[in-house]
Amino acid sequence: MSTAEQGGIGTATDARAAASAGVDHGAAASLESDGWSHLFTPEHEELRAAARRWVQREVVPHVGAWEDAEWTPASIFRRAGELGFLGLAYPVELGGQGGTPVHEAVFQQELARSGSAGFAAALGAPMTIATPPVLKFGTPEQQRRWIPPVLAGEEVAALAITEPGTGSDVAGVQTTARRVAGGFVVSGEKCYITGGVRAHRYVTAVKTSEAGGHGGISFLVIERGPQPEGAEDDPEALGADRGDGITARPLQKLGWHASDTALVSFEDVFVPEEHLLGELHGAFKLIMSNFAWERISMALGAVAGMEAVLEQTMAFVAERRAFGRRIADFQGTRWALAEMGTELEACRALTYEALRKHALGVVTPQEVAMTKLLTQRAMVDIADRCLQLHGGAGYMKEYGIERALRDARLGPIGGGTDEIMKDVIGRLLGV
Amino acid sequence: MATDSVLKPDHAASGRHPIFTDEHDELRASIRAYVEKELAPHADEWEETTFPDSVFRRMGELGYLGLHYPEEYGGQGGDYATQIVLAEEMSRSHSGGLVMGVAVHTDMANPPLKLLGTHEQKLRYLVPALKGEKIACLGITEPGAGSDVAGIQTTAVKDGDEWVVNGSKLYITNGHRADYIVLVVKTDPDAGYGGFSLLLVDMDSPGVVREKRLEKLGMHASDTALLAFQDVRVPAENLLGEEGKGFYHIMWELQGERLIAAAGAVAAADRLMERTLDFARDRQAFGRSIGKFQGIRWKFAEMATKIEAGRQMTYNTAWRVMQGEYPVREISMAKLYTSRMACEVADECLQIHGGAGYMKEYGIERAWRDLRLNRIGAGTDETLLEVIGRSYGL
Repeated sequence: MSTAEQGGIGTATDARAAASAGVDHGAAASLESDGWSHLFTPEHEELRAAARRWVQREVVPHVGAWEDAEWTPASIFRRAGELGFLGLAYPVELGGQGGTPVHEAVFQQELARSGSAGFAAALGAPMTIATPPVLKFGTPEQQRRWIPPVLAGEEVAALAITEPGTGSDVAGVQTTARRVAGGFVVSGEKCYITGGVRAHRYVTAVKTSEAGGHGGISFLVIERGPQPEGAEDDPEALGADRGDGITARPLQKLGWHASDTALVSFEDVFVPEEHLLGELHGAFKLIMSNFAWERISMALGAVAGMEAVLEQTMAFVAERRAFGRRIADFQGTRWALAEMGTELEACRALTYEALRKHALGVVTPQEVAMTKLLTQRAMVDIADRCLQLHGGAGYMKEYGIERALRDARLGPIGGGTDEIMKDVIGRLLGV
Repeated sequence: MATDSVLKPDHAASGRHPIFTDEHDELRASIRAYVEKELAPHADEWEETTFPDSVFRRMGELGYLGLHYPEEYGGQGGDYATQIVLAEEMSRSHSGGLVMGVAVHTDMANPPLKLLGTHEQKLRYLVPALKGEKIACLGITEPGAGSDVAGIQTTAVKDGDEWVVNGSKLYITNGHRADYIVLVVKTDPDAGYGGFSLLLVDMDSPGVVREKRLEKLGMHASDTALLAFQDVRVPAENLLGEEGKGFYHIMWELQGERLIAAAGAVAAADRLMERTLDFARDRQAFGRSIGKFQGIRWKFAEMATKIEAGRQMTYNTAWRVMQGEYPVREISMAKLYTSRMACEVADECLQIHGGAGYMKEYGIERAWRDLRLNRIGAGTDETLLEVIGRSYGL
């Protein structure tokens, strides 16, 4: 097919003529959009540039090794903390930068561009999912104690909700906390806990009433004993019981290799009274309150991840030749890129609007669920189609596309499955 | 782009997209009241007869034909978002043909006149157009050229201080009722893309033949014509814009039209889903309302998600247009995504309605037929994929 439009923008003369008629056909560029300056100000863009430089220089050269080791070293947490990246949206008095969720969003997107969702999750989870409940519901003393070390990258916190028998259905939590003098004794198991092996503390959902369920779950901050000397990057040593009744075992998985994902067991672990976060039996509300940010964060990561994998694929098809021409010159390739670019733009529009509203505190659970649903599935689809365009190279570890696809597959599961998202949206539509 | 021109999020009404203000909300309420009271009740009747010309006069009287046109020529002087509001609220007429007939006038044929017209041309054509006293149509497509605008064969040859036009135009919305046409003609057969020009042609000129009222799958409320031009003499001063720049002028026009089409598709999908939600709440099967089945609820969740994505694409692209940008790629994406989405939503809503969806009475089959045009008109899906694919400059 030869359309007028494509013909008309084919030559420099035509492009200039088009521009003179008020038409700017846009130059080939990165897939990042500059059309969101109502949300991302020049200050955000500076942060983006700084984070990108850091990721390119200090992360990208190592992610392959970290993926292979199935471990992200403790030093990179400290480095990120030192640079102020881990406390962007936290108050200055707690060691943060005093920014907004938009600042954190920018950083999350740059983490996603590292090419390892496992690394992004390992580094991001403490600030994005594990510590917000402390900021929102902790007493000033709890905040002073548990927030600054996380923002400094000195300590890692993990959010522990999912169990072998319950995931998205949070009310089914079975890990129990028995009342004893001066506190609680906790027994049970938590699984798929990001950062669970290296964590210094767990923000843990526990059953505090006989019945459990929505009105019987509480949050306890459970601290591990002191780390064994020199073991900060030794998963086996870190996971062993330190005399605190806690063991953490790393789980192997399809993707997210650089992230430690653990099965954590609590055996009669004593937790002092003052480690109760928020109200007794009040955790359900706390858990729900951070879903919005967790899900929007995942969407932000997917948007940046799609950009990265598409950019890489465009570079590939522009080089690779078949049947006497570049594969970019086949209409089938062009259309595939156009389809993916359109899907990316739809995801971006939905995600950035959710971010804008979240920053103003007016986003609805329905909008959040839509955003997560659309973006996580799209990331899988796009990674799969990009792998296809790479052919054999896509299947090889070297190009990082197979990792992108494996990593993406967690999206429709973690943070609330697609099925849960559809239930939430459907219910809120009033049917 | 200067940052001081950036619209800041409106904290007082932060749920609303930043392109809209209280004024847009008020405008929306009045257009909605008009559409629901004066248009929607006639939707069924106008499917049979096409909608009457009096709709233009009434809308002109209410100021709705000139929302984003200069006050100097009888417009309201509003911003681009007012056109988005109009496109969205017109969906409440439940008549795709009516929406299209009006949109051809407000968002396709007349924007080039606003941008390129001389003062005299605006006085002669735009002023009565905004009052609804003259109706406009746009002549691009021909029997041998559609999305490939460069294939246009209709010619205009200079003869003294007149152009002599010969050729034919196909699928021309409003072609039977129009008082003038914004016509794309070839003025220099050897100049390639630089050989096209736009002419304003009075439809009562000798030699203009309104050949045939075309029957079609949907959009029955609109009239669609095959037009012939046989030695039609057009005064030289009716050249619109620059001679030889017609191709670029029309490429510009297509961008605005496409984004309005996107807004219309989102709104149409919204209307269909609202009606289908009502249906699913009422309709009982196996002892409960069908909306209580998880399978049906998930269909709604998927539809709502895609509608919302289409809406946000459209709004943010509109915001960029309002900042003076011309994001061709994103406009094409918004049109492509929303047209497909609306067709999918229409089909799924028809399915949820079951037998009722297949019946004329419920209006779902009509929307299904009407929306099918969105993937063809104003640039086919395939043309847009090509535009987007090429925009990456690989």
